[in-house]
Amino acid sequence: MRTSLLAWENSKYLRWALMLGVASILLYVSQMGGAQPPNGGTWQGYVLGTVGALLIVWLSVLGVRKRRYASNLGTVQGWTSAHVYLGAMLLLVASLHCAAQFGWNVHTLAYALMCIVIVSGFYGLYAYMHLPSRVAENNGGRARPAWLAELAELDAAIHDLAEGSDAELQGIAISALDMTRLGGSTRQQLSARDYSLVQLPGGGRPVANPEQTVVIDHLSRRIPNAQKTSEAELLNELLALFGRRQLILHVLRRDIRLQGLLKVWLLLHIPVTIALLVALLIHIISVFIYW
Amino acid sequence: MSNSYHIAIIGAGPAGLSAAGRAAEYDAESGASAPSYVLLEGFSIFAKTIQKYQKGKHVMDEPGFLNLRSPVPFTAGKREKILGEWQDSIDTGINIRYDSEVVAIDGERGSFDITLGSGDHIAAEHIVLSIGTQGNPRSLGVAADNESDFVRYTLDDPAEFQGETIVVIGAGDAAIENAIALADYNTVYIVNRRNEFSRAKDGNLNAVLAAINDRKKAFYCHYESTVAGLELPTDSGAAGTITLNTASGEERIECHRIIARLGTVPPRRFVESCGIEIASDSADAVPDVDRHYQSNVPGLYIIGALGGYPLIKQAMNQGYDVVEFIHGKETKPADYPLLQDQFSGLPYVMDAEDVLSLYQTRVPMFRKMNPLAFRELIIESRIIVSVPAAELANQPAAAERTTVFVAADEPLYRHGEFGTTFYTLVEGEVKLQLDEDGEWHKIKPGQFFGEMSLISGRPRQGDAVVSEDAILIETPRRIMVKLMNSNEEVRQGIDRVFIMRALQAAFQPKLKLSELADIADRVTSRQYKAGESLFSEGETGDSLQLIRSGTVMLSRGDSRLVVAQRHSGEMVGQMALMGAALRRDTATAAVRTETLEIQRPEFLAMVNSQPEQVAVLQGELSGLLTKSNKMASQPESARAIGFLMEQGLGEATNALVIDESLCVGCDNCERACAETHDGISRLQREEGASLGQLHIPVACRHCELPHCMKDCPPDAIRRSASGEVFITDSCIGCGNCETNCPYDAIKLSYPAPPKPGLFSWLLFGHGPGPGEEAGFGPADENAIKKAVKCDACLDQAGGPACVRACPTGAAVRLGPEQFVELVEAR
Repeated sequence: MRTSLLAWENSKYLRWALMLGVASILLYVSQMGGAQPPNGGTWQGYVLGTVGALLIVWLSVLGVRKRRYASNLGTVQGWTSAHVYLGAMLLLVASLHCAAQFGWNVHTLAYALMCIVIVSGFYGLYAYMHLPSRVAENNGGRARPAWLAELAELDAAIHDLAEGSDAELQGIAISALDMTRLGGSTRQQLSARDYSLVQLPGGGRPVANPEQTVVIDHLSRRIPNAQKTSEAELLNELLALFGRRQLILHVLRRDIRLQGLLKVWLLLHIPVTIALLVALLIHIISVFIYW
Repeated sequence: MSNSYHIAIIGAGPAGLSAAGRAAEYDAESGASAPSYVLLEGFSIFAKTIQKYQKGKHVMDEPGFLNLRSPVPFTAGKREKILGEWQDSIDTGINIRYDSEVVAIDGERGSFDITLGSGDHIAAEHIVLSIGTQGNPRSLGVAADNESDFVRYTLDDPAEFQGETIVVIGAGDAAIENAIALADYNTVYIVNRRNEFSRAKDGNLNAVLAAINDRKKAFYCHYESTVAGLELPTDSGAAGTITLNTASGEERIECHRIIARLGTVPPRRFVESCGIEIASDSADAVPDVDRHYQSNVPGLYIIGALGGYPLIKQAMNQGYDVVEFIHGKETKPADYPLLQDQFSGLPYVMDAEDVLSLYQTRVPMFRKMNPLAFRELIIESRIIVSVPAAELANQPAAAERTTVFVAADEPLYRHGEFGTTFYTLVEGEVKLQLDEDGEWHKIKPGQFFGEMSLISGRPRQGDAVVSEDAILIETPRRIMVKLMNSNEEVRQGIDRVFIMRALQAAFQPKLKLSELADIADRVTSRQYKAGESLFSEGETGDSLQLIRSGTVMLSRGDSRLVVAQRHSGEMVGQMALMGAALRRDTATAAVRTETLEIQRPEFLAMVNSQPEQVAVLQGELSGLLTKSNKMASQPESARAIGFLMEQGLGEATNALVIDESLCVGCDNCERACAETHDGISRLQREEGASLGQLHIPVACRHCELPHCMKDCPPDAIRRSASGEVFITDSCIGCGNCETNCPYDAIKLSYPAPPKPGLFSWLLFGHGPGPGEEAGFGPADENAIKKAVKCDACLDQAGGPACVRACPTGAAVRLGPEQFVELVEAR
């Protein structure tokens, strides 16, 4: 029942891609010993180039098919499976087409852009195959909104408790809430580093409070010195709440990181694909003009 | 004022108003100086149920096929418009008496004596009871507790009150919801008779406890307290006082208002106290009435929701007709043309009323029904006439509610189709199988079939083929359920045939029908709530149970590993009769389940009559044992099955499950759903429970016996032959299905605005793009919220869009038969 996109229909498109690869190699080899060395200008080179260009256009059509929600033209999973295998094979087809003739020109630019798209795609495939189980494991059966809701409840509870405590404790607890950072820039999201701060008593600049450790340490230190039972109880309760908060923030940060890793490659994959299509068009037109 | 009338109408809802309106017309015609009728209303307002609707609610006028016949106007529209028109009708001369709750009815036709709550008496020759089924709110039971500005039994709009001290009495959901809504701008006390809020839904329970514990909110609770007395405010705007009996003595609270939400007193006891018989104990049972709406008490008529007609238009038509009947007019009811249409394709010329009575006498089961219920059954059913296949094309095209023609000697339905209807044969013959490619049984006129899908919700088992010139009545499930709930004889009759056919399908006994009937009578029907066990591991047993509806899970060992699930039509506990008597598993109902318990002697009688079947049963049992032992050796899989059962998937037929080890969180499933379903996604991917890497998003599971179909006034929820449960356009937005769905799979929503095309979005930035949320409210003031749910992409050629749109294969749709495959593949 569990069929990954690589295993889709018994890896039908892997077989297609391999056949395409073998055919391309045969075509390439057939150029050997001809009047000119293998290159894009022989009839074999033209065939490989045409196949490559058609592949590129078809591979980018996945973006359209994905949004044709009512389409009956295969399933998106089938398309994605074919996209992966045929996209990988494109690297071979295009390399054989250009026969390693590189230069500082638009032709090589198109090749380079294609390589970036394919390599980012490889990363995407890796992410799609490995990260989802880690996301699920990290979430422990609850989705992000549920964790955020619990965090909000905890924060409200900490607020209420802190209001009944002394000014020092109130300052540290509430500043720890207010200065908790989650998310942030793409880099911060992906690093999952904790940029949270806390304002310690005695003024001065807020200090780093990674994983809520500073406030938790502060609370733990104060408990043995508590003057009254009620104070100790309050501190203990706050400690428990911050402990839970630490855990939730950790889960959320990892979730943000993993979800980010699942998406970030598309920021490269898609725009470079557009650039590739433009470069490809220029490549084809210029080749025909300078025939 | 005279206190003696020709007709007393009790209850000023739509039915009562319509009846009073017609009675007023009679008075006008005869030029009576004083009204010959009185409309008695227990409250200070008319149409209490509709008044309670939220402001601006659009009230629908289903069923569309029925015309209104009433001097009181009613067309679909806003609550305010409808109530305004009714107020106008009342003002132009309806003799209504408010605050006149009827507490007793004595006497007989011609001389009824009606006792009011105030102690007054009213004499009437005829009584029309149109009190609906909502019942009256339970009152506080102390002096001065009648509804006033100070004491209220409903709360329309919490925003109406600000800066007041308000005491809410009650601990149910209504009380909690009111109290919390009021607490935004008022000081609120909630008074609970017990020491906990045990009756409340989880969400409300959490909310009320949070509010009580919230020190910043002026929200206080008095547990174990009852109301001892009231002191009304001396003038409006001033505060009154409520006195409570608390665990620590009497306590007085000064307050501006008291909202009492103590539930309602169902009208049943009152109805029965009038001498009206209700045959069944079932909560939805309705009293029997004849064609003139007259109950078993002569002169006492019952119309509207109380008689089983919850729709406003039907109730108003009945109000008109009942006054006609009382005046001795044999008016043809408003639905007479509908009957004519139903019978239009019959091969004989006869008045529709005559055909109706003919059919009722022809079918033994229908003879036990009252004529009105039978009439409704026919109007809601389809009349099917079979003609030779070659002539089918010559028949008039079927319109809404006309006779339906089908080809003779071809299947009426096939094995495996989902069907929710029940067939009664009036003329001709039907050949019926009880299992796929099973033996053919002949059905004769007067007999019925299709009871299995009706009771168990399973797809049809075996084909049904009609002979030439057969006439059938095909009745929707809803009508049959209503009939079975209110007519014990019909229920028993259908049940008996169900049991006999279930035994035939399971054991294929070669017995005479009378012998089988004997056995059927000795079989015990059992009902289990979800979580109840049928038998436990380690017990000795002497019976097996054949599941007639629901799902049973078998678990083993201290850790309760689920080793097998059994569905309707399958057996549990047969080991005890075919092997060792010691139960090796615990059998627990995964959802509400009904079984037939068969003891050893009956079992032996059946299998001994057909020795070949023994080998088949033994073969099946060995297969099941192999499977459950395999499952027991895979605790991970067993736990996963247990989880699926816990989530209620036992009653699913087509559930969406997401494999979290493949899901990349792209939400393409939700987008595909919205894009193929008028802009509103019917699934919520992130919500719902998970175990390991199995996630069950909030989406419709297309239950075997759909909870949502239970109580839909316009019958808008249907099931297709391929099993998809869907909502038609006739939805009136009442929200019953949303409440009844235990899985939150139905929500009420305004229609989404149309989306711009791909290019106008791409090039001109118009509106939301493909798959983007529209973020919309009502399109205009006439927009109404309707129920939306998954229809499993019934009209999409390629099947469910959510599954087709998943790029990684994480989303799958499956039924219970695939659960083992699902968890083992992991």
